[in-house]
Amino acid sequence: MKFKFFLTMIFYSLLRRRMRMAVALLAVAVGATIISGMVTVYREVPQQLGREFRAYGANLLILPAGDSAAFDQSHIESVSKILANHELVGIAPFLYERLEINKQPILSGGTDFDELQKVSPYWQIDGEFPKSGKREILLGKDLSEKFSPIDPKSIIGKNVSVSAGEGSAMRNYKVVGIVSTGGREEEFAFLDLAELQSIVEKPNQIGLAQVSVVADQNSLTQIENEIRNSDSAIIPQSIQQIARSEFSVLGKLQALVLLVTLIVLLLTLICVTTTMMAVVTERRKEIGLKKALGAANQNIVSDFLGEGCLLGAFGGLLGSGLGYLFAQSVSLQVFNRGIDFSISIAILSIVLSIIVTGVASMIPVRIATSVDPAIVLRGE
Amino acid sequence: MSLLELKGVSMVYNGKVRALDNIDFKIDKGDWVAIMGPSGSGKTTLMNIIGCMDKATSGEITLDGISLMDVTDAELTQIRREKIGMVFQQFHLIPYLTAAENVMVAQYYHSLPDKDEAMKALDRVGLADRAEHLPSQLSGGEQQRVCIARALINYPVLILADEPTGNLDEANQNLVMKIFHELHDEGHTIITVTHSTDVGREAQRRVIIEHGHMRESED
Repeated sequence: MKFKFFLTMIFYSLLRRRMRMAVALLAVAVGATIISGMVTVYREVPQQLGREFRAYGANLLILPAGDSAAFDQSHIESVSKILANHELVGIAPFLYERLEINKQPILSGGTDFDELQKVSPYWQIDGEFPKSGKREILLGKDLSEKFSPIDPKSIIGKNVSVSAGEGSAMRNYKVVGIVSTGGREEEFAFLDLAELQSIVEKPNQIGLAQVSVVADQNSLTQIENEIRNSDSAIIPQSIQQIARSEFSVLGKLQALVLLVTLIVLLLTLICVTTTMMAVVTERRKEIGLKKALGAANQNIVSDFLGEGCLLGAFGGLLGSGLGYLFAQSVSLQVFNRGIDFSISIAILSIVLSIIVTGVASMIPVRIATSVDPAIVLRGE
Repeated sequence: MSLLELKGVSMVYNGKVRALDNIDFKIDKGDWVAIMGPSGSGKTTLMNIIGCMDKATSGEITLDGISLMDVTDAELTQIRREKIGMVFQQFHLIPYLTAAENVMVAQYYHSLPDKDEAMKALDRVGLADRAEHLPSQLSGGEQQRVCIARALINYPVLILADEPTGNLDEANQNLVMKIFHELHDEGHTIITVTHSTDVGREAQRRVIIEHGHMRESED
């Protein structure tokens, strides 16, 4: 009964003094909104940016073990199984061989173009990618200039002769596109993996596989170890520069978000303290009355802390909802991708708001307990 | 034995200002005494001391057998909570609580809030039908009656009323004084502090306080 009346008192002190408490509620809610939003962004940034980083190419290579130059492409399946629990972007198998194209020795790559587009979305194509099962070829930009110096693009649609070398059968392939990457790929020719394996008579053989997986540096090392321990025919090798720069950029971004969150937390604390102090000052008479009626200092402390905590809970509840909307909007604007509502972040922001309001109430509550009950008799 | 006894009580502020000077005062159970005097005479200081909100500088004070001079602040709060019922000139109701809840606040700090008891106390002052109204929805007279109900709720040994009709019109003043008469007839011990001769005359006994000195009224 006593606790019920305590709740009644603190609840009505907020509800029936709406205008005054709305200001305090707003201060807590704004703080909670930013904290909840920033924590959501803080949590989401690694995942979202991790996905963004995947646009810059593979972060893991699968190479043949020992002195072998190639391995059977069935080993890729064991890699896929290990990566089943991770967000796999794609695995692009590659076989590189020297072919004769229009009687010139050209380093050529065979790959799965569907997977390649996932792993290396930065490849820019004039024309289109070769289709699986068709005699189509993609030329690097430099190579196309070599074949057609005046108008490189005019080679698209024309046939080139391809063979494994002197004495082997010659086949015609249609040039369907020119690739620009800014890298060494511009000197190569690319065709469907099965076509290249057939020309060089190396069925199911690949020289390497490029893997793109959403993972931080630690997870990548863990994946690497798992692959190494599960399949002795292949050697995994993470691309450390990419993993390190991802880690570095993410670390800096997270530190920035953390710093902003802490500053907001501090500002909220100051704002709520000021508001609570104003609330206490204007309620000196009420505090004096309660003391005159026999309230002990701990009663006054629990009344105001109770109000503060209830205010924190309401503000936190409101702020966690608004914070999610804020984070959702940031994510949609920056990453073009929505985020899921997190119950744990909502609970965290409510608890944090209660703690902040509780702490912010400490100074005003100390002032409240020093109010002299005699003020109610002096008519001040 | 007297319910309240003051012997040689003095109150000196900052070692210089003598607000009360060697006061001797006694009130028996069931008495109704009016303390009268002009502004600045020391009435409020005396009220604070009798109401256990301040301690005298010197002298002896006994309330219901307890010496008020040898207690800690926390003990003084407890005595105030258990022995005194206060009625204020400005009513001092908590604005966000209903009439019934305002009465229950005194119970809450005393022991346990009990709505039935609060309703009985409001009924006693003729306000049972206004129990769920906020102070802003009550007239001055009604607010003062809620204040009296709150003062009675914990069965205090002494009702201390500071200018209880100071903010009321004549009709409400009469209504409130009628309640005080009823309480006195029921055996309650009452001290009213007033500068009004009319209100003072309602009491069974009057004492005058002037420049910190007390004397019995001659009329």
